[in-house]
Amino acid sequence: MSACLRQWWFLPLVGLGSILLLLNILPGLLSVKATYLWTDVFIFILLVMIAMFVAFIRSKEHLSRPWVKVFERKLSMASAVVLLIFVIVGLLDSIHFRKPLPAEQGDTVHFSVDVSSVLDVLTHALHTQVEKTYSAPFATHSFVKESIDLPDGGSQRVYPRLKYAGSHLDAPEEEKGYDIFLRMLSSLWQTFVFGSLVFLVGIYFVSIVVRQKFYELLRNIIGNHYRLPWVTAILVLWLILFIVIFLINTGTHYHVFGTDKVGQDVLYLSLKSIRTGLVIGSLTTMVMLPFAIMMGVAAGYFQGWIDDVIQYIYTTLNSIPGVLLIAAAILSIQVYISNHPDLFATSIERADLRLLALCFILGITSWTGLCRLLRGEAFKIRELEYIQAAQAFGVGHLRIISRHILPNIMHIVLIVVVLDFSGLVLAEAVLSYVGVGVDPSTNSWGNMINGARLEMAREPLVWWSLVAAFSFMFILVLAANLFSDAVRDAFDPRSHRV
Amino acid sequence: MLAYIIRRFFYALPILIGVNVLTFSLFFIVNPADDIARMHLGQKHVTTEAIEKWKHERGYDRPLFYNEQKPGVDAITDTIFYQKSIRLFVFDFGYADDGRSIGNDILERMWPSLAIAIPIFLVAILVNISFALLLVFFRSTYIDVWGVIFCVVLMSISTLFYIIGGQYLIGKLMQLVPISGYDTGWSGFKFLVLPVIIGVVGGIGSSTRWYRTIFLEEIGKDYVRTARAKGLSELTVLFKHVLKNAMIPILTGVVVIIPLLFMGSLLLESFFSVPGLGSYTIDAIQSQDFAIVRSMVFLGSVLYIFGLLLTDISYTMADPRVRLN
Repeated sequence: MSACLRQWWFLPLVGLGSILLLLNILPGLLSVKATYLWTDVFIFILLVMIAMFVAFIRSKEHLSRPWVKVFERKLSMASAVVLLIFVIVGLLDSIHFRKPLPAEQGDTVHFSVDVSSVLDVLTHALHTQVEKTYSAPFATHSFVKESIDLPDGGSQRVYPRLKYAGSHLDAPEEEKGYDIFLRMLSSLWQTFVFGSLVFLVGIYFVSIVVRQKFYELLRNIIGNHYRLPWVTAILVLWLILFIVIFLINTGTHYHVFGTDKVGQDVLYLSLKSIRTGLVIGSLTTMVMLPFAIMMGVAAGYFQGWIDDVIQYIYTTLNSIPGVLLIAAAILSIQVYISNHPDLFATSIERADLRLLALCFILGITSWTGLCRLLRGEAFKIRELEYIQAAQAFGVGHLRIISRHILPNIMHIVLIVVVLDFSGLVLAEAVLSYVGVGVDPSTNSWGNMINGARLEMAREPLVWWSLVAAFSFMFILVLAANLFSDAVRDAFDPRSHRV
Repeated sequence: MLAYIIRRFFYALPILIGVNVLTFSLFFIVNPADDIARMHLGQKHVTTEAIEKWKHERGYDRPLFYNEQKPGVDAITDTIFYQKSIRLFVFDFGYADDGRSIGNDILERMWPSLAIAIPIFLVAILVNISFALLLVFFRSTYIDVWGVIFCVVLMSISTLFYIIGGQYLIGKLMQLVPISGYDTGWSGFKFLVLPVIIGVVGGIGSSTRWYRTIFLEEIGKDYVRTARAKGLSELTVLFKHVLKNAMIPILTGVVVIIPLLFMGSLLLESFFSVPGLGSYTIDAIQSQDFAIVRSMVFLGSVLYIFGLLLTDISYTMADPRVRLN
């Protein structure tokens, strides 16, 4: 039993078990009906795989060394923290359920057709405070004039007060600036108190786990005496904590990023879009990886006619311009979906299936690059002496591939996966603009940009949806790019020379 | 050389056949023509006659592969596969859903596409290579470090932002050039400035980094040390020796896209309402005109394969050691 405890797979397995258990028990306790979308299932599988991967890496010293190098850089540590926050938001948005409808005593409980997620519950105030139409960030009055009946019978065209934003103020023009300033101050104060508390408690627990004295650990972390720049991570966390607290304090009384055409809070839409971006960035590579690895290694290792066939397949796919292949595939799927409406119970399921289909199609168009790289590498490795020795000893092909070739090409796979991520997130916006991206009803940055673009000719300009979508996308992609740069530098043997 | 080109032409044929079969199955086998017709005519209240009429007008009422009712060769030729797919090989693109000849449209629309794509291509190469050489000149100093970070920031910004931001800033606020439009001849120049600038700026980040790694790879080699030892200035070393030797990897990435310039840029053309092939494709995708999309897919693959051939030929010009055989 104790030997089992020390195995690398023990912790992730326990984690997986407890998550599965929670997912089974919690919906019953909270009397909601859990809903599993296809992408949720894939995300969950991906999460388990990543947990296993991390645990495995931590258990092997030679495997964890390059990762230490990655996190040694302050910039990549900061981006990793930002990415982690995005992932947490995305995960919260991936636990779906249907709320029960109010029922009489003794009746069977029926569940609402609207699928909501944990994120929806947490941001309840944001997405229930729906205005009539456009309003600017922090505005208290509508963006569009309306006719209002005057008491004397006439009517006047004015900018009406918003229903929710700034409704706690009596004279918004004078009080608004002061109110926001006060909220900012109190957010600063709350960040300081709450952040310090969490920080100290956290360090206390860590000191118990690593069996060090509390003060010693604190001094070492603040003095940056460790290899990894923990101070950077903590500072970034603190900054994010401030932003979150500020958004909680102001977001419940104002629309921080304004509202869109139908009065929905833009901040809420941007937060919901995180999941779409992450799904496209990560599931696409996950879908294509098995193909790319299998085909690439097979072509490079076996050569001969297998190589010819695989080369033919990827040259053919590669020669079709990417956007056009995606467009062609999505158009056929659109026809299929619109002719088989009976296959999908709710509209969110239909949209979800289209998201998954988009991931598959993007995967099909993007696996060729990795496949070619792996083919070249496998080609080189099979000529090395230790492979020849293994062949001479009569080791089977499968065993040679899994024991000797796969471990030596994994760094390429890793580099390509992290490098592809940011490109895919950006591609989603472009594809949604072209009309072959995610379903128009799915929240995504591409759809936000697409909707706001039509209002560009408006005077004065409706800029906030665009700015919000672009900023969220920019932060995610920048963090991913900086992180993937560090990963490439640490894992690519060629990069040591320059 | 000629023998090589002819042989390459025969290598290209199976790939084009593959592309053809793939698009054919995507458009005609995954969804039967009836479904496509039903979607075009609106989902509800579509009569069978309307579907038959729609299919007949576009020639989709033939059998897929083998027409039993026709005698002799016609049994093969009077099918969807022959009419819609095989005919693409002789660049007979057929007709769009609105009855216009796709071949004529392509001939007409490739000029505006080229008018934008060629300046972007040339200016971008000039700007990116100079910028990359500058970074390499200042390698392992703060200029290099911040230059690379600047590139990463540029890379992280969506193309859509460059277009929308550029249109707003230069076209609307500063009113230097019209926001969108197109004209032929010299009067069209003012319409081209903004898309070209945006096209170049949008590509700086990733291309500069790519060129920089190529140059850094070269700069550690022996001939560079020899050149410096001869007493040549660092600028001469970079521009004469390093640039020339970095030509092979640069050509690999650059020459392939030259033929694809014909296809134009999807986003730029549709945002700046340039009547080129890019906006043609987008319009076709949005109106779900499958005939045009299929033609563009085929044309794109032909141009890509042509680009690969050009790349090989360009090697022989850049590097006298390379022989084609």
